[in-house]
Amino acid sequence: MTDASQTAAPPVPLTARLDRVGVVVALIAVAGMDWQPFATLKPNRLISGQGLSLAGSLPTLWAAIGIGILSIATIVAVLRTNAWLRLTTGIVSLLVLALLIGLVPATVVPPGNTFARVSPASGFWLMAFAFAVLTTDAIAKLRLGPLARLGMLAGAAVAVALILGSGHWDGLSILKEYATNADKFWREGRQHILLAVSSLAAAIVVGLPLGIACHRNPTLRGITLPVLNIIQTVPSMAMYGLMIVPLSLFAASFPIAAQLGIRGIGTAPALIALFLYSLLPVVANTVVGLGEVRRSVVEAAEGMGMTRFQRLFQVELPLALPVILTGIRIVLVQNIGLVTIAALIGGGGFGTFVFQGIGQAATDLVLLGAVPTIALAFTAAILLDAVIELTERRRL
Amino acid sequence: MSRLVGPVARLAALALLLALVLRPEWFEPILKPFTENNAPAIYTQSSLLSLTLAHLGLVAVASLIGAALALVMGVFVTRPMGAEFLPLSRSLVNIGQTFPPVAVLALAVPVVGFGVKPTLIALVLYGLLPIFENTITGLKEVPGNVVEAARGMGLSPNQQLFRVELPLALPVILAGIRLSVVINMGTATIGSTVAAKGLGEVIIAGLLTSNTAFILQGGIIVALLAVLLYDALAILERRVARRTGRLAEVTG
Repeated sequence: MTDASQTAAPPVPLTARLDRVGVVVALIAVAGMDWQPFATLKPNRLISGQGLSLAGSLPTLWAAIGIGILSIATIVAVLRTNAWLRLTTGIVSLLVLALLIGLVPATVVPPGNTFARVSPASGFWLMAFAFAVLTTDAIAKLRLGPLARLGMLAGAAVAVALILGSGHWDGLSILKEYATNADKFWREGRQHILLAVSSLAAAIVVGLPLGIACHRNPTLRGITLPVLNIIQTVPSMAMYGLMIVPLSLFAASFPIAAQLGIRGIGTAPALIALFLYSLLPVVANTVVGLGEVRRSVVEAAEGMGMTRFQRLFQVELPLALPVILTGIRIVLVQNIGLVTIAALIGGGGFGTFVFQGIGQAATDLVLLGAVPTIALAFTAAILLDAVIELTERRRL
Repeated sequence: MSRLVGPVARLAALALLLALVLRPEWFEPILKPFTENNAPAIYTQSSLLSLTLAHLGLVAVASLIGAALALVMGVFVTRPMGAEFLPLSRSLVNIGQTFPPVAVLALAVPVVGFGVKPTLIALVLYGLLPIFENTITGLKEVPGNVVEAARGMGLSPNQQLFRVELPLALPVILAGIRLSVVINMGTATIGSTVAAKGLGEVIIAGLLTSNTAFILQGGIIVALLAVLLYDALAILERRVARRTGRLAEVTG
């Protein structure tokens, strides 16, 4: 375009220069900044507290810098701007929010007061949501590849680890709750991951051959899939509960089992319940994935003189892999959520904190359980989505 | 599923459900062996009928709100006006589904308090996602030439949407609703941990007092409700699909 044509063009109407998604982001961010409290100050762990505005919860200089950066970010969001700029803006804003909230406790809590609790309030969460939406939108529009998304996940993990390691967030209520539960936190965390992953592993070991058999044998398929479907409809709380009976009987009749730790409550019933829930997605996706392999491909493999075994492992399974992996992704994300409920039968995991917190009406303790659970599920989803996309590319 | 679960099995399941809810005392001889120390085998703190109705009511309200929101949003992002929101909404749906229901429930409690409200929030969110996803998929799958033909016949964009696109997308949308109702039946039981009235109460009472009879009672009623609703909605879906001449993708 030459200069002449640019001057000749009619002025671009304001609405065409506005980014619609950005307008929504800006509305949420402004609502969070101006009308909602940025942080909550509670006299102690259980009493409800008072909300503090952004300006009222930070030293003047930091509040001014923070409001300045976040306002510029809001303007970048509203205008139609380059997607890379929007991505950078979203990430910088999230970092600024993370740093600002860490400054609040030292500002509002009198020195020496160890009972007061400071936690992020609705204004903080609204702004965090707004800029997370801005970042997500930019990522979606840039169509970042799987490796780039993995890189961003790693970057986010490193940033959180650095902030946590530096002690910048130590004054916040959730970390105070962590400080009193530190040993237990890592124990429950290990247990949470162990339950989610080992039940998935068991489901793969059993479900994959079962899926292959179902693919080959329609009668078996007609029985297996409806049964697994019905298992999925049993509410998870009841499923955990129902596992208690057979296992207590088992432990009572075989003392050796009890010595191995197989009892009515605890890890064993949780594992079996999770395993049962995990079977349907693995089996169903194996059947669907193998069913999608084109007849002609299988026949070509046959024509090349491959045995049934070779055909399965060298042709059919590799082609069905992305669909099978999708089933595994569903299971892993679902299991990470379901493990939370296992805490009700003494299965451990982060749910222990959630239900203890609900019982004591201690929000911070609930957060100590809920936040890592969400982070785990989210990480698992991004990781497996990237792996699935990589295997799909290889297949093409 | 209903190929195997014929009309007879369906009726039997319905009869069992009604008996369990209306005449729980009939099952005392069967459930008694599952109790210890002479504990009661039948849950009597509140009537099972009222708990079942509360449970169903919760799921129905949440599914209706979720479906209405999801439909409006799904239609919006597939119109030219809302096209800018499409990539974002896809990602948000994807992210939303990774949030564990218990976490949403637990996080809603400090904001809105105990009881029905946090449960409703978690249920609406969970009901919303599959329906929204399927609404987008259904509308995007309507063949371009059909929409062209509708436009050629002189239908306005509104008429195209209501007379052509939505009816053709209906089976896929219904599949989303079916999925969300079944998920919600299960999630609503967790609501009882934050004091929402529902069948989860029976299961929790069983867990707290190590009374397997209660767990069985609550669990079987919820599972039967879910299976029957899943089945009924699948039949409805197939009817609609046959009428519109295309087969809905049968998910989960």
